[in-house]
Amino acid sequence: MSGMKHFSRRDFMKVTTGAVGGLVTVALGAPIVGYLVDPAAKAGAKDSWINLGPIDKIAIQTPQTFTFSITTVNGWERTGVNFGGFIIRKSEDPNDILILSSRCTHLGCTVSWIEEQGLFICPCHDAAFDLEGQVMHGPPPRPLDRYDEFKLDENGNLLIHYLGA
Amino acid sequence: MWRKLYEWLDERLSLGAMYTNLLDRPEPRGTWWNTLGSASLFLFILQGLTGMFLLVYYTPSPDHAYDSIQYIMNDVAFGWLIRGMHHWGATLMVVVVFIHMLRVFSTASFKYPRELTWVIGALLFLVTLAMGLTGYLLPWNQKSYWATTVATQIAATPPFIGEFILKVMRGGNELSALTLQRFFATHVWLLPLILISLIGAHLYLIIKHGESNYPKADE
Repeated sequence: MSGMKHFSRRDFMKVTTGAVGGLVTVALGAPIVGYLVDPAAKAGAKDSWINLGPIDKIAIQTPQTFTFSITTVNGWERTGVNFGGFIIRKSEDPNDILILSSRCTHLGCTVSWIEEQGLFICPCHDAAFDLEGQVMHGPPPRPLDRYDEFKLDENGNLLIHYLGA
Repeated sequence: MWRKLYEWLDERLSLGAMYTNLLDRPEPRGTWWNTLGSASLFLFILQGLTGMFLLVYYTPSPDHAYDSIQYIMNDVAFGWLIRGMHHWGATLMVVVVFIHMLRVFSTASFKYPRELTWVIGALLFLVTLAMGLTGYLLPWNQKSYWATTVATQIAATPPFIGEFILKVMRGGNELSALTLQRFFATHVWLLPLILISLIGAHLYLIIKHGESNYPKADE
């Protein structure tokens, strides 16, 4: 082959085969990359406001248990995840409240309020938290988690902000 | 630099000789009908690749098979494209393989010394149909469920052993999770391995004997 003068039929076929093959590879390859990384591109937590009911039914200075569940959809599967915690009204002021998660900060067991001791006790490793959620004894590395964002709607219902797992 | 790398590889692998023997081998004068074998091979590779990618999201359980395909079609980026290619490619492959077979028959290309190529080709056609049969159940929708009910019932028609064949195919008396699972395993492992082996033998024989000339009128 001397320059562009003799571009034989055979060379033309080679170049065409290569070009069409390359085009098909790119046309298929690009969507396949998108197809494979798709779940990573869409992953992200969804937040929502959870209604915990009327605030005036909750006694002062007594932890009131609440639970709610969130359904997460992963592909074709739905999973319900349960959450729970305690609402503690410190005074008559409806905004003077503390909302604690009942999930022990040690290894994730559920703590219960034990009235006689005035403590939240975790049954798994005998951890104890006070009314403020501070660690009194046991292995937990930090106080109970709090739901810091809450609000009251016009009917006096308490809502907390769930930020996603 | 590339020249040297190529020479190093060529010395050990005979790349040049491979190219000459595989791609520059002499061919008789043919028509577009002679390209259907290559088209079948291309479709097989396409089915293999798209099938592999479908496996990333598909799950063969009665609880989730249908939902996972809905997910592929509606939620995954380009899922409709991958599934569409596999779906239509399957139909096209059966058609192309069959026309390829008709071409070989009508040009008498199956005669000496190519009888084995023909026999293996006939097996390849049957395995292609089996791929179609097993793949049809996997979406686990009404159509695939009842089509498989009918197909396994047809397989039960031979006397004496029919009932046994039906039970083996279904993995029991009814179409169930076991049926879906065994059709899936057959579709993604057993049949592809058989296909690959047979295609390898088929291609070896084609390269060994070369393509046949069209017969003359007085032959």
